[in-house]
Amino acid sequence: MLRSDWLANYADFWRDRYADIGTAALEHLTISATAIALGSLVAIPLGMLLASNRIRWLHTLVFTIANIFQTVPSLALLAILIPLLGIGVKPAIFALFLYAILPILRNTYAGFSSVDPALVESAKGMGYGTVQRLLAIQFPLAFPYIMSGIRMTTVYIISWTTLASLIGAGGLGQLIVSGMGVNKEELIVTGALAAIVLALVADRLLGALEKRFTRKARTVTRETSYV
Amino acid sequence: MIQFTEVKKTYDDGREVLKNINLEIQAGEITVLIGPSGCGKTTTMKLINRLISPTAGQIRIDGEDIAKSDPVRLRRKIGYVIQNIGLFPHMTIARNVAVVPRLLKWDRQATDRRVDELLALVGLDPAIYRNRYPAELSGGQQQRIGVIRALAADPDIILMDEPFSALDPISREQLQNELIRLQQELRKTIVFVTHDMDEAIKLGDTIVLMRDGAIVQTGKPEQILRHPANDFVKSFIGKKRMAGEQTAEELPTVDEVMVEHPATASPTRGLAEAVKMMEKRRVDSLLIVDKNNRLQGTVSIYRVLDQFGEESKTVADVMKPVEHVVQTGTSLSVALQLMSEHQLSNLAVVREDGQFVGLITRGTVVSHMAGMYASDRTGESNHVAV
Ligand SMILES: Nc1ncnc2c1ncn2[C@@H]1O[C@H](COP(=O)(O)OP(=O)(O)O)[C@@H](O)[C@H]1O
Ligand SMILES: [Mg+2]
Repeated sequence: MLRSDWLANYADFWRDRYADIGTAALEHLTISATAIALGSLVAIPLGMLLASNRIRWLHTLVFTIANIFQTVPSLALLAILIPLLGIGVKPAIFALFLYAILPILRNTYAGFSSVDPALVESAKGMGYGTVQRLLAIQFPLAFPYIMSGIRMTTVYIISWTTLASLIGAGGLGQLIVSGMGVNKEELIVTGALAAIVLALVADRLLGALEKRFTRKARTVTRETSYV
Repeated sequence: MIQFTEVKKTYDDGREVLKNINLEIQAGEITVLIGPSGCGKTTTMKLINRLISPTAGQIRIDGEDIAKSDPVRLRRKIGYVIQNIGLFPHMTIARNVAVVPRLLKWDRQATDRRVDELLALVGLDPAIYRNRYPAELSGGQQQRIGVIRALAADPDIILMDEPFSALDPISREQLQNELIRLQQELRKTIVFVTHDMDEAIKLGDTIVLMRDGAIVQTGKPEQILRHPANDFVKSFIGKKRMAGEQTAEELPTVDEVMVEHPATASPTRGLAEAVKMMEKRRVDSLLIVDKNNRLQGTVSIYRVLDQFGEESKTVADVMKPVEHVVQTGTSLSVALQLMSEHQLSNLAVVREDGQFVGLITRGTVVSHMAGMYASDRTGESNHVAV
């Protein structure tokens, strides 16, 4: 009895509010996707740059800065950004973008470093220019690493985006915050569930994308001996 | 021709790994760089395609100082094969082979045609292998791809750094034979690094022996085997190739060991005549020699009897071509190696002008080794089918 009541409540709630839930989910997705796209745009070239030279102090500097951003508590970071960027979507995206940089940077760097130096030298010896080598040889071989960095980042950025509503950016966090305000359990649970579903779906999609591009190369990396 | 003039290389850590290298690498030849690990073979080779630049000295290709050339353009004109093959695992076989043509912006059709032609050249069916990935090929097949990739844009010079050393002995042998076959046709300038003396003797037109960043001896394999410059070279050549040294300081040549009048027949002889001759000489095969004393082929008793019913046939109709011969003056060790490699029971010796002069058989070798070959050379009675 109790159980079917509970289910019926949710069913009613979702029927009444599906438009709002949809809008919130879309906002949520937009914020997360923008932050990740910007993060990749900065972190991937930076990772390539770091991996293709051996300037020690530059490595240390970049990784230290990226680490610092990573360790600032997200709530604090959002709060700090208010006087600088005001409230709303922009500071939220900016904060999440800062969080996205480090893991993507790390994986890009690891991916490029994992490429067999003999292959790189072989490419060089055959007459690839530096840029051609980066794009045609090193990038495709590092791609699985980069993609796994992006996937991992996507999952937690989607979860952290719920906090963005605290500075008025909207998203699924808005449902949770409102639910807390009016003590309405359905709102809170729906917001949380939707964020989880969103993260899982995004993860799966990116996984499928990665497979599509690296199916063959993977069979190779498993048997890396090339002998 | 590639010329090294007083080339030195000191790495950043201050170690002088090449000390004053002077070397001429002849065009159209296989020059083998050989020496113990760490002696500077790879460094010497990488100087040629400017993967490494010399600390001092000059390297010229066909008279032009390569230091003045654009390294990327230079490398596209020089084929490069490395030890662990260096095929790009994310590219298909066709893409791998087409790397340099694509860098040189060949048109698509010409590139595709070239890829198929090269695959066929090493016995890999293009229809099957074009779209495979390197990991789907055996080690030997992958290294064949490594070799044809270096040939793709038809460079005059090819650098090969221990290309076959990671292969099993059978594949290695096959690849070596294929390289010899390709080279007979292509006549490239090949610089081949190895640490395996057998490989060097087999492939090298010229062998450059290195030690501790310096060249110890340069010469034809025969010359190095016969006149090792010092104890280091001797020890590098190894005991088994120095057989006979105790008795005669020099290795015996095939001339000393061969049978000078083996059983021969002219191509126009009938089959019945051939059988008679074999009976008389008590041998089971005949060498077919034309009136100018040039070797045409060989017939065994089995082949003759097989076709004996055909009265109009002559030995020329049933003979098999002779695939391996050695020239007079070749050392016995080279001849023996050839015989054991190709499972030959005998080996014809020809003069430089192609005239047939004699035959090495297992029997003659045994007699020679027993030290009783001087007066009664009866080895020919041991001919067996080729
Ligand atoms: N990049 C480098 N920096 C410092 N030393 C090097 C470098 N590359 C090679 N060497 C050293 O130079 C010597 C010759 O190396 P190499 O030419 O690779 O020898 P080989 O190919 O004959 O085995 C070795 O002692 C090696 O340790
Ligand atoms: Mg080496």
